[in-house]
Amino acid sequence: MRTQPVFMTFKKDDIINFVVLMTLAFIIIPMTVKTDYWYTSILIPWLCLSLAAIGQQIVMGYTGQLALGAAGFMAAGAFACFNLVLRVPDLPFVGALALSGLIAAAFGILFGLPSLRVRGIYLMVATLASQFFIIWMIDKFGWFKNYDTSGIITTQDIVIFGKSLTSPMEMFFVLVVIVTVLTLLAMNMARGSTGRRWMAVRDMDIAAESMGISLLRTKLQAFAISAFYCGVAGALFAFTYLKSLEPVAFDIKLSFKILFMVILGGLGTINGAFIGAAFILLFPVVLNTVGNNVFHGSIDATIISATEQVVFGVLIIVFMIYEPLGMAKLWDSIKQRLFGRNSKESEAPVDQADVGKQGS
Amino acid sequence: MTEKRRFPIGDSILELSNISLSFGGVKAITDTSFKVRTHEIRAIIGPNGAGKSSLLNCINGIYKPQEGTITFKGEVLSKINPNFIARKGISRTFQNLALFKRMSVLDNILVGRRLHETASFIEVALQLPKAKREEKQNREKSEEIIEFLEIQGIRDTLVGKLPYGLQKKVELGRALATGAEVLLLDEPMAGMNVEEKREMCRFILKVNDELGTTMILIEHDMGVVMDISDSVVVLDYGKIIADGPPDEVRSNQNVIDAYLGVAHD
Ligand SMILES: Nc1ncnc2c1ncn2[C@@H]1O[C@H](COP(=O)(O)OP(=O)(O)OP(=O)(O)O)[C@@H](O)[C@H]1O
Ligand SMILES: [Mg+2]
Repeated sequence: MRTQPVFMTFKKDDIINFVVLMTLAFIIIPMTVKTDYWYTSILIPWLCLSLAAIGQQIVMGYTGQLALGAAGFMAAGAFACFNLVLRVPDLPFVGALALSGLIAAAFGILFGLPSLRVRGIYLMVATLASQFFIIWMIDKFGWFKNYDTSGIITTQDIVIFGKSLTSPMEMFFVLVVIVTVLTLLAMNMARGSTGRRWMAVRDMDIAAESMGISLLRTKLQAFAISAFYCGVAGALFAFTYLKSLEPVAFDIKLSFKILFMVILGGLGTINGAFIGAAFILLFPVVLNTVGNNVFHGSIDATIISATEQVVFGVLIIVFMIYEPLGMAKLWDSIKQRLFGRNSKESEAPVDQADVGKQGS
Repeated sequence: MTEKRRFPIGDSILELSNISLSFGGVKAITDTSFKVRTHEIRAIIGPNGAGKSSLLNCINGIYKPQEGTITFKGEVLSKINPNFIARKGISRTFQNLALFKRMSVLDNILVGRRLHETASFIEVALQLPKAKREEKQNREKSEEIIEFLEIQGIRDTLVGKLPYGLQKKVELGRALATGAEVLLLDEPMAGMNVEEKREMCRFILKVNDELGTTMILIEHDMGVVMDISDSVVVLDYGKIIADGPPDEVRSNQNVIDAYLGVAHD
């Protein structure tokens, strides 16, 4: 039986997790991690890409729409943010960020339209078009790049409360705050009526419709919110990690990376977005370190990167077949073993008596 | 049946007039008309492939009949799609189960509360008072239904992991959660044993008695049909061959020839 009131979105477990994570982000990491490398190369891109993975999670994991074009929406967000900061000097950075998300969301709605007609692999191809269209548009019209001809534009400084962020640690802090807020909002949606509609459309669209759910509205809403998250993620990715803007940084490879994060992390879990992003980012680093330190460079770099691809490929197939809930589920099982706690994603035991009676 | 009903059978609430439906060359329903009265349990019976499910699909807007009209509470249903029909107050279950398999029992039933949710996604994301209040009410209502159907033990289980009989119950729960005036039940007792069927009958009768919900029920088990229905429509090859109270239908020669003559189960 359940001990907490059933109508609370957040349970005791979540609050504990939240406190642990915030302590980690604001006390333990700043105290222990002193090298900029960890911030600039691991933590900052991890948070940005996790946010994009949440976007992908919403449309794919929750709503079941096989969309592939997260990087396109990221590009839209990044260039929107650049132009807003450039052309509207009075706009605070966070405002520019939110508007960038909204602009990306508009693209999300536009390119979500095919989902009303096609599904599966056909939708994947259709959404791929969004990727190419957005990149093409940015390349085609010089205005988006402020008529820069060098090819690479440097992003402006991030100014928050009148102060320019300079150190990687400061950027990390700001990112933690933004990503935490957006993650909480995503969790509220996912666990509330909004998320139930997404999942209903994913699992059985005709039944969802028969319950009074509009497929059109639900799908387009999911695309819009997904693109919003990707747009904000793209802007943050450009401003805190790349420090520059060029369309090729948001190519199809990045879209695939984000897709893999969601599959490996676990479809239909917000945690999975973070776990998947961490894995995709850290795995090559670990592989390289092992290659260099254990084998002292005797292994060719091309072999290492080939290994990386093979391992990703195999893992994705394995997860697709055996564990669609991905690493988030594995993590849950481990946690349960260690602490004996049941978390949200793990199933409650079936009442034996009740099932027995049915004589299944 | 008890003599005095809390919700006595009233006038027609749903009226099908000259419905015809075909798939390519296959005529599933031919020029079919019948009425359903408020608060009654209306059974539709007939051999396999007679067009019973197709008829429910027409009422619920999944299929568009090529001809004919459907009138609900005096209004001809103009837009034919399931979402629109649901909003009018008609809900349903499916012959081959159409549950949300990767969601828990409670979440499945909560989806049934869809039309009682008005908070936008922004209100949900920010957990504004309206969203919280609605969620609380809908959860309470869903818990009531879970209790009514006696499935508390599986409330948090993923529906896809449940045995068939329990899934049928959950689907009834989801339909009940909508609070619809009319329920369309497509073989709610198919594949159940006697015990389970009896339980299901009890639920159906109780809902009809306590809430006055009008039910249109497809069922193959003649015993069940005779027991719980107020009136019966018999379909054969997409045409109505009999329509009336259960005992009248049972003794109808056409029905005996077409349906009862054919061994079922
Ligand atoms: N979507 C469809 N496409 C093509 N033909 C269909 C479709 N749905 C139903 N039919 C055909 O319409 C006829 C009536 O089918 P329906 O499912 O309504 O029968 P039923 O009375 O519900 O049968 P059962 O007792 O087996 O459920 C059948 O010949 C069936 O093959
Ligand atoms: Mg049928």
